[in-house]
Amino acid sequence: MIKLGALARTFAVIATALIVAMPVLAVIWVAATPTENIWPHLIETVLPRQIMNTGILMLGNGIGTSLIGLGTAWLVTMCRFPGRRIFEWALLLPMAMPAYVIAFVYTDFLEYAGPVQHGLRALFGWQSARDYWFPEIRSMGGAWIAMSLVLYTYVYMMCRAALLEQSVNVMEASRMLGRGPWRSFSTVVLPLIRPALVVGVILVLMETLNDFGTVDFFAINTLTKGVFTVWLNMGNAGGAAQISLVMLTAVVGLIWLERRARRGRGYIQGATRAKPLPGYLLTGARGWMAAIACAAPIFFGFIMPTFILGRYALTRLSDISSSDYFLYVANSLTLSVSAAFIAVFIALVLAYGVRLHTKTTGFVARLTVGATRLASVGYAIPGAVLALGVLIPFAAFDNALDAKMRDIFGISTGLILSGTIFALIFAYVVRFLAVAFGSVETALGRVSPTMDMAARSLGASPLRTLFFVHMPMIRGSLMAAGILVFVDGMKELPATLILRPFGFETLATHVYQFASAEQLADASLAALTIAASGVLPVILLSRAISATRSPSRKFANSIGRRVTLTPAG
Amino acid sequence: MTADTRPLNSWLVKSVLAAGLIIAGNIVATSSILAQEVNVLSHRQPFLIEPLFEAFEAETGIKVNTVFAEVGLVERLAREGRNSPADLIFTVDISRLEEAFRAGVTQPVTSPVLEAAIPVQFRGLNNHWWGLTTRARVIYAAKDRVEPGEITSYEDLADPKWQGRICTRSGSHVYQIGLLSAMIAHRGEEFSRQWLAAVKSNLARRPQGNDRAQVRAVSEGVCDISLGNSYYYGQMLDDPDQRDWALAVNVLFPSLGDTGTHVNVSGMALTLSAPNRDNAIRLMEFLAGDQAQQLYAEDNYEYPIKAGVPWASLLTGLGEFTADDIDLALVAANADAAQRLVNEIGYDE
Repeated sequence: MIKLGALARTFAVIATALIVAMPVLAVIWVAATPTENIWPHLIETVLPRQIMNTGILMLGNGIGTSLIGLGTAWLVTMCRFPGRRIFEWALLLPMAMPAYVIAFVYTDFLEYAGPVQHGLRALFGWQSARDYWFPEIRSMGGAWIAMSLVLYTYVYMMCRAALLEQSVNVMEASRMLGRGPWRSFSTVVLPLIRPALVVGVILVLMETLNDFGTVDFFAINTLTKGVFTVWLNMGNAGGAAQISLVMLTAVVGLIWLERRARRGRGYIQGATRAKPLPGYLLTGARGWMAAIACAAPIFFGFIMPTFILGRYALTRLSDISSSDYFLYVANSLTLSVSAAFIAVFIALVLAYGVRLHTKTTGFVARLTVGATRLASVGYAIPGAVLALGVLIPFAAFDNALDAKMRDIFGISTGLILSGTIFALIFAYVVRFLAVAFGSVETALGRVSPTMDMAARSLGASPLRTLFFVHMPMIRGSLMAAGILVFVDGMKELPATLILRPFGFETLATHVYQFASAEQLADASLAALTIAASGVLPVILLSRAISATRSPSRKFANSIGRRVTLTPAG
Repeated sequence: MTADTRPLNSWLVKSVLAAGLIIAGNIVATSSILAQEVNVLSHRQPFLIEPLFEAFEAETGIKVNTVFAEVGLVERLAREGRNSPADLIFTVDISRLEEAFRAGVTQPVTSPVLEAAIPVQFRGLNNHWWGLTTRARVIYAAKDRVEPGEITSYEDLADPKWQGRICTRSGSHVYQIGLLSAMIAHRGEEFSRQWLAAVKSNLARRPQGNDRAQVRAVSEGVCDISLGNSYYYGQMLDDPDQRDWALAVNVLFPSLGDTGTHVNVSGMALTLSAPNRDNAIRLMEFLAGDQAQQLYAEDNYEYPIKAGVPWASLLTGLGEFTADDIDLALVAANADAAQRLVNEIGYDE
């Protein structure tokens, strides 16, 4: 009986994983059936340059986001300085800003006709672009800056959550044994939060790979751009899928290498964490420097782009009443909210499924883990290619069903799933599952297995254990995961463009029709709305992360209440 | 233990309820079934064609729904097959039209109205696609730095005297690919390769931005000449932020070999499934009619495809020009070869 239940559970987990992995499998299938072999031509021509550019971009973004994300997370969590409480949540704000919008805004601001160069020319009396040198914004450096300014938020969030969950004892022990703050950081804290840092950086790298808008705008010839030229101009969707899979393999390889490097090392924290973190008091100039270090990414990643967009949006305020603005808002919310709930649910199912199999090594365990990994790599595939992967199984299902119904009953059921909101939500879930899965998996990883053991030996089933032991403990992380998917969903563009129903616009697609024509002013209002829609969730996210610090206090309070209420009742 | 889990449950229940309400409301809102509609897959930005669709709706009461995307539309049609709700596909260049035709997702249209309005050279094989407007690939030259008559052909762009003076957008963009494809069709691949390499060596900067961004660069002194589609001239003059860019340049109509200026089409095709076939053909005929053709001309500064429809006065001011009258299907057929040349030369690097 118990065996059967376990089998059904395992089957459910694997089936869920495979359904989510379906688009990736479809992309693999497309790659296996190309119209012609493009590789000899690509290898001889653009491929080496594209690989190099992609590598440099990933490296730059990885380093940039680690420095900003980990640095600011360390400052706001472990130090005390002016404005820290505001920075805690404000540092997440740039997450709501699409990278392509940042690229767009800064190009507008910094290029020849923008206010900066205009001011410089007026100041020094230069006549034309030939009279002086100014850094080229549409360049690799520009892409690093634009992308790092928004993507660091992933690293920040993961590192901050991990730092908050640090046992103070470890730090105290380290300090007591004579290590200074810097050495404690590099030899004790950094290894402990490494899994979180890695999850953050991997999200950054995946986002770097699937981004087309920014690299296209900055005219950087990356593999993602190669995917589109092969698809569009050489009419070879198979070749495009192949390049996407090569990129995907590179990311999976990186993940594998990292996991291998820390194989066998556990990162489970002790249960004692009731004490508040001590925090290094930074006074005087050091305090202000810390404040400036935290303010800079917020200013350049959120405030300034918002300001520039806002100035344009003011000229377009009438659009609110004249266009279907509120309908776009409703559409964006529908997709993002639904995707957030479903993605978190699936992430929880998969992550817990994997957890149940960590101690076994049989075929079933391998299958579970493999299927789960496959289900959470959709993030690294360019959205348009993944959309093709969604299109194929859905349309195949719809058409097969339709054909059967026509044969048997003589009626046509048409397309039931393809081109519907359902297909879009599914695509969002597949794209962003990695984001949800990453936070849920790391959160579950920090729950000591002794909890499972205790619950199970007291007779709770695995499902009961999940609902009544794990879920309350990782509530904050579940909410964080949902908010991440929501914010990403508000920005989602390429899959929405291809898969949406007729006449269906989201804020992002509305922005894109103008952005693709390089008409910043017309795009500004919707772009600003996307950014604004992220503000509230981001504040909630920050509170959810901070809540990880205080469950024991809440628990104590609730016990206290019960104790005091008992005599009265 | 129950006390501890209650907040979680109520939070979950509330959120799920809220989400459910939003979704249900939205599905009801978007699925309002209209008896008369036509569904358009468009490679063109909706804001450019909406005025036309609104005019059509006003005249016929048929609602036009669009999906705009730059990739994947033909794949979507092919996968959805006979059940696809799409009726029409709109494109901004010839290779997309031919791509849809070759993928077998279009069907021929027999319409005396269309046949009377659209010349044979702007139709696909067996009337599988129809051109709507034409646009010339022109040279924008700095008024103060390029003499009139100093450049008269695309081939001239390879002249070393333009060293460091040319701006173009990415060589992989469909408009650049279209021009290069036409050159391959006329002058052969080897000539085109050398031409492209020479143009590349004359570039003032790495290819970036769209056609307007090149005119802007000319106005800012970054380069002296650029390539761009003809309608951008009028559109820039209409935009207060961009007017100065257009005022800084002359529009030149270069020839390709001994033929004329390279011309591409925006066009439309009826899909194979076309559930609203009659409405779709009505829309096609409307777009080929005098009113719509004039809107295209006046609002977008494109050349009407129908003879006798007046050009925008701005375009008349630029003057008549000889267009390259090559079979556009030949241009589309060379797109792959053109992209390979762009890759071999490393034009975008």
